[in-house]
Formats: sequence, structure tokens, C-alpha cells
Amino acid sequence: MKGGLKRKIVKEIKVDVDKCTGCRSCEMACSSFHAVPKYSSMNPAKARIRVVIDELRDVYVPIRAGDYTPAECMGRDAYTINGKEYNECSFCGASCPSRDYFKEPDSGLPLRCDMCEDEPPLSEPMCVQVCQPGALTYEEREEEGGEEEVKWEEMEIGLESLADKYGLQKLMDTVARMSMSKKENIKAKEEE
Amino acid sequence: MSYGEAGFNLEIDLSRGSIERVETDPRLTELHLGGQGTADKILWDRVPPEVEPFSPDNLLIFSAGLLHATPVPGANRTVVNTFSPQTNLHSHSLFGGFFGPELKHAGYDKIVIRGKSASLVYLWINNDKVEIRDAGHLQGKGCQKTAALIRQELKQEKAQVAAIGLAGENRVYISTIDHSNSSAARGVGVVMGDKRLKAIAVRGTKDINIARPAELFELCLRLRKEIYENPVCGDPMAHEDDETFHVDNFAWGNARERKKGYWNKELEEKWGALTRKLKDRDTSCYNCPKDCHAVINYPGRQRYALKCFNKLTYLMAAHKELNFNYDILGVTQDYGLDGFSTPQVLAFAIELYEAGILTDQDMPGFPTDVEGRFFWLIEKIVRREGVGDVLANGVYWAARQIGKGAEAFDHNTTKKFEQVTIKLGKVNPPYFLMIATGEKMNITQIEGSYPQDPLPTVEEREKFVRNWVAAPDDKFKKMFLKWEKRNELPFEASCAICDWNEIMHYIDDAIGLCGFLSSFRGQFGGRIPYHIHNIPNIISLATGMELDKVGLWEIARRNRNLVRALNVRRGMRRKDEKPPEDHWKVRDPEMETRLLDAYYEFKGWNNEGIPTKETLDELGLDYVSEDFVQRGILTDNEGTPSKETSAEKEKD
Repeated sequence: MKGGLKRKIVKEIKVDVDKCTGCRSCEMACSSFHAVPKYSSMNPAKARIRVVIDELRDVYVPIRAGDYTPAECMGRDAYTINGKEYNECSFCGASCPSRDYFKEPDSGLPLRCDMCEDEPPLSEPMCVQVCQPGALTYEEREEEGGEEEVKWEEMEIGLESLADKYGLQKLMDTVARMSMSKKENIKAKEEE
Repeated sequence: MSYGEAGFNLEIDLSRGSIERVETDPRLTELHLGGQGTADKILWDRVPPEVEPFSPDNLLIFSAGLLHATPVPGANRTVVNTFSPQTNLHSHSLFGGFFGPELKHAGYDKIVIRGKSASLVYLWINNDKVEIRDAGHLQGKGCQKTAALIRQELKQEKAQVAAIGLAGENRVYISTIDHSNSSAARGVGVVMGDKRLKAIAVRGTKDINIARPAELFELCLRLRKEIYENPVCGDPMAHEDDETFHVDNFAWGNARERKKGYWNKELEEKWGALTRKLKDRDTSCYNCPKDCHAVINYPGRQRYALKCFNKLTYLMAAHKELNFNYDILGVTQDYGLDGFSTPQVLAFAIELYEAGILTDQDMPGFPTDVEGRFFWLIEKIVRREGVGDVLANGVYWAARQIGKGAEAFDHNTTKKFEQVTIKLGKVNPPYFLMIATGEKMNITQIEGSYPQDPLPTVEEREKFVRNWVAAPDDKFKKMFLKWEKRNELPFEASCAICDWNEIMHYIDDAIGLCGFLSSFRGQFGGRIPYHIHNIPNIISLATGMELDKVGLWEIARRNRNLVRALNVRRGMRRKDEKPPEDHWKVRDPEMETRLLDAYYEFKGWNNEGIPTKETLDELGLDYVSEDFVQRGILTDNEGTPSKETSAEKEKD
């Protein structure tokens, strides 16, 4: 390690939009895998992958949940690829205020693809396993260099969005107040 | 907590504008599963036979299947039930796509619609928030365009929409309800239009819980791979350029002419090249590894999805080629017209014109070329203008309204409904039974488990039965081993075949499975994804219900008898159970009478095709037998079928 470059494994899910049949199995499987307990409930609205579909324009684009962003972006460009028009949002995995993708439907907290990390690890993320037509393929490669990326846990992503919404100070105050009242409850119970 | 189901129905009264969320009775799930099974129980309880199809008291029910929104691949077909103005009988209609699963995620197993709206409206279901909204601005809009506009105005790109086009709005009997890549035909679009309901949009973000999650998910992962790799699953014809099966075997024109030897290599190359030029991609329904729907992008038309035989029905009715069919579908799909019935109505009208029964006075400006005539008639039908007002009622009613001998040109309907355009040689016993006694109005919704033709050699037959997982028991395997000529099957075998075929469909209708993975696939032998042996376990894993093969068969029998009961109560009798006269060239009336007797007995129905008290009571349908006795449909002591009454003696 000394003086050398760090090696890291880059995991990627490649998308071939021409092979997508719009079945949304990826959404189904993702929501099921991330249910607690695992597979216990189904809900594509909680999936960290969504197929953007526009039947009249023949647009079928699976996108994975990426970073959370508190603000809408300025990008509203349209792209023409192979004679088909796509808008910029069709390729964007951000959990952002301009649409209801990648937000936990009840809490509104952002969702992020975690490549189905599991113990023992899956051979491939679940969305790839259920994509029989092969629109989604999994790739792993080793890369040299760069600092190990700081990986955010789901709760941190959620907290980040709450901090953005209410301000960090208010969030901290609330957490402090909640922990106080919890402590008091416990104390009260012990005294009973 | 309930598993697999949402546990609530949505009750909409369009006359009053009321919306209710009603908890469902879990006992009914045990008795009927869900989908059409539980919908028919609602129809029995709430729509007495006096209620006309166009009455506000007629119900229109959209049901998700029991397995929708579970990981089970290919469970996505929504069933729509009502009473049809064309047949005055029960309407059975299915459509694929994404609607049923979305409805369950919104928290409902069914939408039960009653009443009639004063003006055109649409229904917007967004989880617990349900609204009846004005649809004035959508009047006359095409089915898919309507869906796109609704998504846009609600800012809900994930909303699933089922809509009618101009045909449904104008109460055209042969109209459809369209959703995504699928259509629901056979009497439901017209009732939706009569209720002034342009569309239903649904968005759901709630959980559906699974009883035994890990086991079911693992099983489904295996099933997906099997389905994807199995070449006879899904709609194999959707990916083939070879059209021999349909063009050489089905009748052209107004179900008149069979063109054996029509197909050749040259056509295969020509039509194949055209399809490749016009096709954008193949699409799937929810959570299915197959891709049965080609997306066609015809110049100057809106994109649409092909649905199996629709690829050929218009060209065959018009004696034209594939280019014509692709062109006209761009119009008919937007209007929401059924691709099975409509071409027959058009070819029928042209025959009447050529026979001088319809004249230039009836049809001013009628073009001289057949393509022009088809497009001309469609515009008249969807607007109910002039002759179109009569033709919009389908062949049976149009023939009677036109009169002047037009009745003789109505040669391909059963129970007042257009049948698939097949004209064959010698009467085929199981097919005679299926067409005569089926209540789904289309043979494709009845056949499918037992092969249509025998195999020539014993070795081939032995090989076939060896891996035939779909066969419920050895009886069917023995039957197949001994079967040599298509038309020569003993009565007992014919009855059992008809029974098995339709039972599998009744299972699919209740759980929402696609027949292309299940009830329509047993006939190809080998390993198919869903069959009577593995479906009970799949239902158990998803819902927690205890169920085995015998139990599942009994539920399907109950559901099947309930449909018959609904129709019997509306007056259906033996006299209505007749395949088209010319379906086979060589008929055997004496044998057919005995065969129908045998089948009724096999089913536990009396000589009029009415389920006996014994049959009904044994299935827990006591409330049906009581009703029948009260109405004088059954007599109190009616047990075994009487041999004396014949169809001819029945007075109308």
C-alpha cells in the first residue's frame, strides 16, 4: 500500500435501450430484494431502477437511482439518437424535486442503487438477473488510482435530504429532542 | 395482514358521483380466488337478469388477478366483466399490460363501476385519492392519445391508463378498451362508453405482501429463465415470418374462402421485409420475460402494438396483403375497434353490397376498391353514421336490422357473436363441444391444453406424453397415445378434453396469468411454465392459502358453473349452443345431439345445459340452485339429466 495507488473494484450496470422490452421486471425485482424482510413485499414505486417509457415515441430507458439532489437542474435539453427524441431527464438517475422517481413513496426520502450489496454477495444485481432480454448487463472491473470513494449508507442519504429540506440545525435539534424524550421515557419506565 | 391481495375493492357510482372503498371478504378468495371468479360472484349478487346491458344497473368490473403484483412472471392480465349488449350474456374479456398490478399497488383488487355519468368523465385513482374528472376535452381522442394526455395533465408519467376510443364512446358493440400494448374486446368497450367513462388512470405506490417470500422469489427466478428459453411459450408466431398456419388454414373474406397453398417463400420474404422495416421493437407486459407485441411504426400513423392474429385479420377479410393490414390497424387501434370482429363486419357489409342487399342509397359515395371500402366503412361505424349505425351492432344484429335476406349472410356467429374464421371438413367432437358450449365467445379463450391434432406415429406420441407436464393425469396421456385421426375421439375423451381446456382458462382468469404461459400452452407438450400441478403451490406461496390440485380444480369448476348460471338466468339454453352451421362441411346432427347430451351429463348439467341442483350444491353454489328453483329454471326434484327433452322442443 505504501506510496502505491489504491486499487478499487468498479461495478457497473450497462444499459442497452434497444433490448429493453419495457416489462419492468427490474423494478419488480429491485423492490422485492430491498424489502424488509427480503422479498416480503412488492412495490415498484420503491425500486431503485425505473424504466422510463413513452410508447408513442418508442422510448424505453431503464435508469438507476443515483445521487440525491435538493434542487432541479437547468438541463432540459432534448437529444436525438437514432432518429428518436429523448429528453435529458430520460437518462438522469438523480432523485430530484422535479419528479417522483427514486423517493420512498411514504416518507419522500431519496432512494439510491446499492448494486444489491449482500452477504454473501449476489452473482449479479437482482435487476440484471431478471432482465432476460439482456438490456441490463453487469460488469465488474478493477481500476487503479483515486481515493476510495466514501460510500454513503442509506440513512445518510436520507438525513442529507432532510438537512436540505429543513436546515442542518433544525435537523440536529429535532434529533436531540427525540433522543431526550426517548431517554425520559425509558427513565420513566424504570421508575414505575 | 392479507397476502397477495390488496383486500379492498373500489366501488364507483357514476350516476351519483360516489366513491367507496370496500373491504373484501377473504372467504370469497378461498371460494373463487380472484379476478373473474370473484367478479362473477358480484355480478350474480347484484345484477339480476332483468337488468339490460345498457341499464345504469349493469356493472362494469375491472379485476386484478390474485397473483398480480407478486413476483410471479406473466401474471398481468386484467379481466373485465359485464353483460354485453351484443349477446345479452356475460362478457369475458382480458387485457395484458400493466393495469392490474398497478391497481393492486394502489390498494384495490377490483374497480366495480355502476350507474352512468351525465357527461364524459374519467376516473383517476392515485392510491387513496380517487376522483371522477371531466373528460370533455378527451372526447373523440384515440385510445393511446387519451392515455398520453391524461398522464400529461396529471403530471403522472407512471400512471397506467385504460381508455376507449371513438368507437366505445359511440357505443359500438365491436369496440375495445385499450391499455398500453393490449386491448379488451367482446362487449366491454361498449358498456364503458355507455357509462360515459372515457378512461381509468391508476397510480399505486403501496406494498403487496407475500406469504412465503424467499421461496416464491427463488421459484420465480427459475421460472423466468424457463419461460425465456422455452420457444413455445409466449406468442412464437409474433416472431415468425411464416404465416402458413393462418393464411392457409383460416377462411378469407366474410369467413368464406380457404386458400390452401396461398403461402409461398416469396410472400414470406416480402412480408418479413415489410415487418422488419416497420417494427421498432418487441414489447412485453408487466414482469414477463417474453416479448409478444411488435411495435409498428407505419408512415403517417401513430405507433401501435400488434396483438397476435390481428396482424392478419383485416388483410384476410379484404383479400389483400400485409401492407394494408399494417395501415388499417393504425386507424382501428386508435378508434378502439376489435381486430377479430371488425374485419368480419366489414367483409359482411361488402358481401351485402355485392348481393344488392345494401345499395348506393344506403351507402352514398361507397368507394369501388376494397381498401377504400374498408376505410370508408370504419369511419361510418365508429361514428354510427348511416349504414354504420347498423353495422356497429355486429354481424348478427346488423343482418336482422337490414333484413332483405341479409340474415343468410350471417353464417359465422354463435350466441350472436362473430367466431374465428375457421371452416373445416369433418366435425371434430371436442371442438364441437368447445364452440357450442363455450361462454367466452372466442375459441381462443377455451381451447389450448389438449393438442389440436394427433401425431402420426406411436413413437412420436410416446415421446410427446413422456415429458407432458401439463396433463392432469394419465387418462389424457392414454387418450393421446391411442388417438389417430383428428375427428375420431370417443365421447368420453371429447368431454374430458373440453372440460380440461376450459378449466385451465378459468384458473388463469382468476389469478391473472397469461394464457400464453399456461392455459394455451399445454397443447405443445413438454415443459410449460404453469399447469395444474404447480399452480396450487405458487398460489400458496404468494397468498398463504392452503391449496392442492384437487382444490384448485374444484374452484375453477365453481367459477365455470357460476358463469353458466349467470347466462342460464338470462335465458341461455341448449338451443343457443350451436357452432356456425358451416363451421364443418360434413356435419352429423344425430351424433352431435348425443355428444352434447354426453357432455352435459359429464358436466353435471341437465339436458338444457343447466347445472343441476346436485352439481350446484356440491360446489357450494346453493344460493344459485335456490334461485333457479324459485324462478322455475330448475324443479325441486331435478336430479339427473332427462334424456327426453331435445333442443327442438324448447319453446322460445
